Amino acid sequence: MRRTLPVIATLLALGFGGSALAEGHEARMVHPDWSFAGPFGTFDQGQLQRGFKVYREVCSTCHTMNLVSFRNLGEKYGPFWDEKHPNPNDNPYVKSIAAEYDINDIDTDTGDAMKRKGTPADRIPSPFPNEFAARASNGGALPPDLSVMAKARHGGADYIYSLLTGFREPPAGLTMPTGMNYNMSMAGDLTTQWAGDKHHVPQGGFIAMKQPLTKDKVSFDDGTPSSIEQEARDVTAFLVWASEPKQTERKRLGMWVMIYLVILAGLAYGSYRTVWKNESH
Amino acid sequence: MSAHTSSYEPKTGVTRWLDSRLPILRLAHDSFVDYPTPRNLNYWWTFGAILSFMLGMQIVTGIVLAMHYVPNTTLAFASVEHIMRDVNYGWLVRYLHANGASMFFIAVYIHMLRGLYYGSYKAPREVLWILGCVIYLLMMATGFLGYALVWGQMSFHGAVVITNLFGALPLVGESIRTWLWGGFSVDNATLNRFFSLHYLLPFMIAGVVILHIWALHVTGQNNPIGVEPKSKADTVNFTPYATVKDGFGVALFAVMFGFFVFYMPNALGHPDNYIPANPLVTPKHIVPEWYYLPFYAILRAVPNKLMGVLAMFGSIGVLFVLPWLDTSKVRSMRFRPQAQIFFVLFLLNALLLGFCGANPPDEFLFRVGAEGPGLTWVWASRIGLAYWFGYFLLVMPFLPLFEKTRPVPDTISSPVLSGAATAEKA
Repeated sequence: MRRTLPVIATLLALGFGGSALAEGHEARMVHPDWSFAGPFGTFDQGQLQRGFKVYREVCSTCHTMNLVSFRNLGEKYGPFWDEKHPNPNDNPYVKSIAAEYDINDIDTDTGDAMKRKGTPADRIPSPFPNEFAARASNGGALPPDLSVMAKARHGGADYIYSLLTGFREPPAGLTMPTGMNYNMSMAGDLTTQWAGDKHHVPQGGFIAMKQPLTKDKVSFDDGTPSSIEQEARDVTAFLVWASEPKQTERKRLGMWVMIYLVILAGLAYGSYRTVWKNESH
Repeated sequence: MSAHTSSYEPKTGVTRWLDSRLPILRLAHDSFVDYPTPRNLNYWWTFGAILSFMLGMQIVTGIVLAMHYVPNTTLAFASVEHIMRDVNYGWLVRYLHANGASMFFIAVYIHMLRGLYYGSYKAPREVLWILGCVIYLLMMATGFLGYALVWGQMSFHGAVVITNLFGALPLVGESIRTWLWGGFSVDNATLNRFFSLHYLLPFMIAGVVILHIWALHVTGQNNPIGVEPKSKADTVNFTPYATVKDGFGVALFAVMFGFFVFYMPNALGHPDNYIPANPLVTPKHIVPEWYYLPFYAILRAVPNKLMGVLAMFGSIGVLFVLPWLDTSKVRSMRFRPQAQIFFVLFLLNALLLGFCGANPPDEFLFRVGAEGPGLTWVWASRIGLAYWFGYFLLVMPFLPLFEKTRPVPDTISSPVLSGAATAEKA
């Protein structure tokens, strides 16, 4: 009993910790296999590039990504990482992507507002000059910043994928608020808007965003067929990468640290046995 | 034990010179080398060393984070992400610090439960225990302040909820709340003072830890059988015997810590805290960090706000008088079979309260059918609250009047040595 107690206590503590996460949601949640899942998971670079394209051509018309700079795209394990260019600011892909954006700046000779080409050091610019303009263009709703979206929702990658693939025609009997859309994976409770059977309230909720992805909306340069599921999967991978560009580095370093710590613990245990060999306790 | 004479002998000219001016090496030698330690300490006793390790970890990582963090409502969230994205190994430092807080609390809860089980708070260790309670309170304050600094949605709204608790106090409540806020709402002034205090409190913890260790070294350590060491045969030197065992404990703990940091760094946090703070949007369920959940459940269990606040503070305050609530003549629960049952129930009850704190009060824990009777989380937390206080105010003082204890050995070495002898024969 004395030997098993620490194990039980640790498990209880962990279970206890996890409980903070527990939050019931009835919404549909699908769980695709992700290449980046688990301690050894890594990103598929092709997928990150496709995901960036989806983000750029679809999401970025409304959503900001304030925390991400162009240079991040060329960082190690990032979408346009090239080992020939350890400094992402020298990466030609990154430079040319940045140069395709217009950045607001001040002309230092005249003091006038001006536009200039983007550089790798620039942040990805916002599609709207300010929050009010963003709301005005989106029926009053503010499209959330996507920089850390994959960490800011229960379910993370699964949630984003589910949401992007969860748009459906509203079931008959559901009163739709103006300007809203029905999504099976959106958090919410539709009981009050539901005229049908009380025990079969539709899952999901309302969302201001219209179905953003359609078949063949984005054409992939590598020839990958462009279905809604494929687009959703790729852009989700990109958003997961963007939420923490250092996560692959974290897992790689973690493996060495864990090996080191396990050896250290083994040596410590050996020392303990040796020191106590002649002492009863 | 405090009376033992120092065995320190300076060996070089320099150490002799220093010893007659500032005997700091003698102090270190007497405290951590030639310090008699009960020979029967088990792994539960390694959590003191684990906690020291965690305190050091939090202070070192925290100082580095403070070099990059900006305590301003418009910049705080972005500066944390700047640490995650742009600072060299900033992600590591920040995840060590954020998960370190949880690890610190896991360790302190085990440390406190160990003290509770083996009666480490009983005479002559009352002051040692109370100092530990002070450290725990300071930790709670520090953890809360630190969580607010991220300035995510849970940071902000958690800070609003907790500071509003003080507003419930009669007469002085409003003034205290305004003073905590530095204004009339949680805003920039609040964030600035939280940052200042979050930097200050860990050093206060370190100070009280020194007092805690001092008090420990006056009374000596308790041990699993709760019988004071009576002769040299009952003890071993702190170094190497306790240090090597503590070192193993710390290494094992670091394995678990590392697993969280590298592979599930956000598992103990709340996703809403990756949404920048917005005073105009309140999260659906505001929940504190996991280590406060049992007390949050006690707070919500009482319908009256002031009474809820008093119950919450009382649930921690009762720990301070624990040495005088326990009337048992036998120190260690190893020889108190009935007390063990109540102890296990206390542990399960604390876990239940934790789940109560994490769940919406009006939802059902279980229910007969879809509309039938059942138990809501708020009622479960009322049961939990009753047992929490019942354990300290009824079981502790009155159980010893009825319980049958098992025979307690005379010395530490007697059962140990005879046990070893039989093991050798076998």
